[in-house]
Order: sequence, then structure tokens, then C-alpha cells
Amino acid sequence: MLLAHLPILIVVLPLVAAPLVVLVRHGGVGWAVALGVSAASTAMSVAVLAEVPGTGVLSYAIGSWEPPWGIEYRIDAGNALVALLVSAVATIVLPAAKRTVLLEVGADREYLFYALFLLCLCGLLGIALTGDAFNVFVFLEISSLATYALIALGRDRRALTAAYQYLLLGTIGATLYVIGVGLLYLVTGTLNFADMAQRLPAVVDRRPVIAGLAFITVGMGLKAAIFPLHAWLPNAYAHAPSAVSAFLAATATKVSLYVMMRVYYSVIGAPTAFGAEPTGAILMALSIAALLVGSGAAIVQRDLRLMLAFSSVGQIGYITLGISLASAAGMTAAMAHLINHGLTKGALFLLVAGVALRLGGTRFEQIAGLGRTMPITSFAIVIGGLSLIGVPGTAGFASKWALVVAAIGAGLWWVAAIVLASSLLALAYVWKFVEAAYLSAPPAGAPARGEAPADVTVPALVLTAAVVAFGLHATPVLEASSRAASAFLRGWP
Amino acid sequence: MNRDIILRVVSKLLIPIALIFALYVQFHGELGPGGGFQAGVIIAAAMVLHALIFGLAAARALVPEWLVETMVALGVLVYAGVGVAGLLLGGNFLDYFVLARDPAYGQMRGIFWVEVGVAISVSGVMLKIFYVFAGRGRALDDKP
Repeated sequence: MLLAHLPILIVVLPLVAAPLVVLVRHGGVGWAVALGVSAASTAMSVAVLAEVPGTGVLSYAIGSWEPPWGIEYRIDAGNALVALLVSAVATIVLPAAKRTVLLEVGADREYLFYALFLLCLCGLLGIALTGDAFNVFVFLEISSLATYALIALGRDRRALTAAYQYLLLGTIGATLYVIGVGLLYLVTGTLNFADMAQRLPAVVDRRPVIAGLAFITVGMGLKAAIFPLHAWLPNAYAHAPSAVSAFLAATATKVSLYVMMRVYYSVIGAPTAFGAEPTGAILMALSIAALLVGSGAAIVQRDLRLMLAFSSVGQIGYITLGISLASAAGMTAAMAHLINHGLTKGALFLLVAGVALRLGGTRFEQIAGLGRTMPITSFAIVIGGLSLIGVPGTAGFASKWALVVAAIGAGLWWVAAIVLASSLLALAYVWKFVEAAYLSAPPAGAPARGEAPADVTVPALVLTAAVVAFGLHATPVLEASSRAASAFLRGWP
Repeated sequence: MNRDIILRVVSKLLIPIALIFALYVQFHGELGPGGGFQAGVIIAAAMVLHALIFGLAAARALVPEWLVETMVALGVLVYAGVGVAGLLLGGNFLDYFVLARDPAYGQMRGIFWVEVGVAISVSGVMLKIFYVFAGRGRALDDKP
């Protein structure tokens, strides 16, 4: 009986926990509740993911109103995987959050931080699991509003500017999405994704469909920070509290990318989105620009966090490049990179949180000689960096290889060449870290040799270990991604 | 402004009427225009009027910050609680049909409590926003 309710419980649990944390008004309790809820959501996501290959699709009718009239939660191998990524990263980040939040946010607002974190988690999971176009918008707003506040809690006043910038652009993105949904509603008369997919082929007037496709692409592109809509991302990630950077970098943009995949492949359908309309070509051009500009901008940054944030812009380009190929291989690569990059960036931002904790900042002159002052953390950052480059033996290699193979399979040799060339740019910015950490002497007044506290370092090393494990044994991720890709391509008829 | 007797007397007369009107809008919401959101806003507006006439400190004494924060959280909890009640009574989440023996009555009961939750949260949030803006650059117990 419980299993039947899992799709909604994954979302409801953080939703109920958030106000409870506010009522209790205790930071430690808030942290424990958030951790427990995240762990429970992870367990439930695993259970759901294990369930979907057998049943194909799990459908849940909210309020017992049958879909398409009521709101439906609809889970297949695609979104179950996204939900697992989101909840698992939350579970790993939270142990490291305890100390950094106390330091960066302060004891008096600690419980509010965890309430916001739970709301953000609830929103991201809701976007992933719902099968209703408008419900996506509602959860998008829940997660976004929580995110703006979380970023604004950052260590210094620059966090406020970053949060405000993200608030403006994020609101525009959500508005454009809802306009797109409105246009699709106009011609189909339904908000249920599956029902919409069924009715769209019969629509005679295609113009609203194409306009809706464009609005949703730009709206979700803003939330996913697809080049050139990425302006909000670097500052937001760089100035947010450390735990928030790690959580958001691994999950927030990924969930928006998931919505794009769902709308393109399961709702509008690849023949319209990529056959009749030039979505693929536009997305491919933007992805390639993102690879070059994002990674290029990362090279010239003078702060480790900003460098990682710009690198995210480039790495998102690999994911959208996979989406734009409109093939099973491309989608598999996109899903695999979505997961692998999420793990890699989560690990890197957590490691950098440890660095910031000990050195008080992450500017390159501050982290000089890091290989000597924090050898383990420094080495783990290099491993994460290798995964960003795509060196064999790291998770980044597995998905990048899948992407190159998919591009060649589509006959796009030049795209494959650009993907490989962009890895050189990644090499350049990772080398910049190596140079600072291993080839420069620590600045005067640097702390003695030692790592960040274990509660920050251990979760970061767990994620780093996952990056290596999924690099050496890539089959689980690639198989799950390929199942997800075929679920997207099959659609929701 | 708090020395002006006309404003003081008129607002003292108006605030109870506004609060009763809020209750009317709340409970009449399913039959006419209104509902939890509108009622919550009217309740908050009555409190804002009180703060404008009698001062922020007086309003804060009447509805302290901790109460406002509790209201914000409590409303969401009431809403989610209705959903969980549906689960516990053997239905789906937010299933109102199982909330009473007669499904139609169950629907009414579900809507009623959801709207109660909305009113609590909305009035709390409105007051919180007002307090934050009105209290900018002021200590908590300053006279206006």
C-alpha cells in the first residue's frame, strides 16, 4: 500500500517537514530533520526507480481525481533517475552543511536555512515527478523562491546582488515557461503532459505549438543557464553559502534540463521539435558556444569558485549538445553527463567549501600551495578536475565518450572534434588550479598543514569516490541513462 | 498620527468590522467571491491599519513576530495536513472524498480546512512583509 503512494510521499515529506522546522525554531533539530527527510526521499527514489522498469510508468492521481482531469504524478525511468540524483546529493551535502551553515549563516537563522533547503528540495523533486505542465510551474516557483533566499544568505553582501540578479532572470524564465504552457493549453485544452502529447498531433493550427515550444525553450533555458542565458549562474554559485553552491550546482540546472527533455521528446515529440522545427540546430549552436565560452571564461577567473561556476556553463553545454542530437545515443549521453557532472560539481563545490572554511577564501592567491597545506582536499579537487576534462577513469570520461560516439554516430565529425577540443580548455583551467596548488609556495600566514573538519571533508570525498567509481565502472550510470533515454523517446502515450 | 482622535476612533470602529468581514469572505468563499487568500489579506490589512494609526510597537505587541512566523508555517502545515489526512484515511494525497462518509460532504470539509490553512499563511506572510518593511532601520520597540 505504501509503495502505491511513494510518488507523492517523496515530494510531500519535505513539504511537511519545512513548516515543522520553522515551528520548532531550532537549528540542530532542523538539520537533523532535513537530513532524515533527504535520506528517506533517497530511499523512496531508489524504490521507485527499482519499480519502474517492471511497470513501465507509475501513475498517481492527486486527490483521486483521474488524470487528465486531476493532477497526475507520472514516473518512468527518466524522471525517477533525476529524483534520485536530487535527493541523493541533498543527503550527501547536508552532513557538510551543519558546520558551514553555522559559520556562514549564523545560529539565529540556522533553522530558517534548513526550512528553505527542504522547500527547495521539495520543489526540485516536484518538478521531476509531476506529470502536469502547470504543476511544474508551481514547483518551479517553490524551488526558485527558496533558492533566491538561500543564495541571499551567503557570506557577504555580494550574495544579495547575485540573488537579486537570479531573482529577476529566474522570474522571467518561469514566466516565459508558463506563457509557453498557456499556448499549448490553448490548442490542446489540457495541462496533463501525457494527454497533451496525445492531442498535439491532431492540432491543425501549428503556430501556437511552435510559439509554445519557443517560449518553453527560452524559459527553461534561463533556469538551466544555457548559453547565452547563463549570466545569473556564476555569481549565484560563487557567493551562495557553500552548502547551497554544492547542492544547486549538482541539481538545480539539471532539473530544468530534465523539463526540456520531457517537453521536447515526450510532449511535443522529436519529429516536430527536431524534424519540422530547427530546435536541434539552435540548441547545438548554443551548446557549442557554451562549451567554448563557458570553459574559456573559466580559465581567466581569479577565484576557484567562480572558475567552477563558469565551468558549469560549459558542462551544461555537453548535456544540451546530447539533447540536440535527437537520438537515443545522444539522450543517453545527455542523461549520463547530467548525472556525472552533477556528482563531479557537487564534489568539487564541497571540497572548495572545506578550502574556504580553512583559508577564509578561495581566490587563487589564497589557495597557493594548497597541495602542501591541504593535501587530501587538493588531490580530490584534481580528481574532480580530471572528471571535468574527461580523463579516462573518471565519471566525466564515460559520459563525454558517450557524447562523442553519439555525435560520430549522427555523422557529425566536426561536433565530436569540438567536444574534444573543448576538453583542452577544461585542461587549461584545471591546470591553473594545479599550478596554484602544487607549483606555488603557500602565502605568508597560511594555516599549518591539515584538512578541513571531517564532517565537511568526508561527504566531499564520498562524492569524489563516486566520481572515480562511476569512471572505472561506468555501466550502472550508462545503463540507467539508456533506460531513461528510451523512456523519454517512448514518450507518454 | 496617533494623536488624531478622528483617525483613532474611526479605525477602532473599522478594525473589528474588517475582521468580521474577513471571516465572512473566508466562510462564504465556496458560494460567492472570496476564499482563504482574500480573507487572509483582509485580516492582515486590518492589522496594518492598526499599526499605521497606533504605531508599529502597538501592532507588534498585539501580534508579535513569533506569532506571525508561526502562522506562516502553521498554514502550510494545515494544508499539507489535509492532504496527509486523505492518505491516512485510505485515499490518495489531498483526497477529500474519504474525509467524510458522504463524499460530497468530504469535498466540502477538505476545501474548508485547506482554505483555513491558506488564510492563516497568507495573513502571516502579509504581516511579515509589512513588519519587515515598516521596521527597516528601527529597533523593535521604537516609537514611530
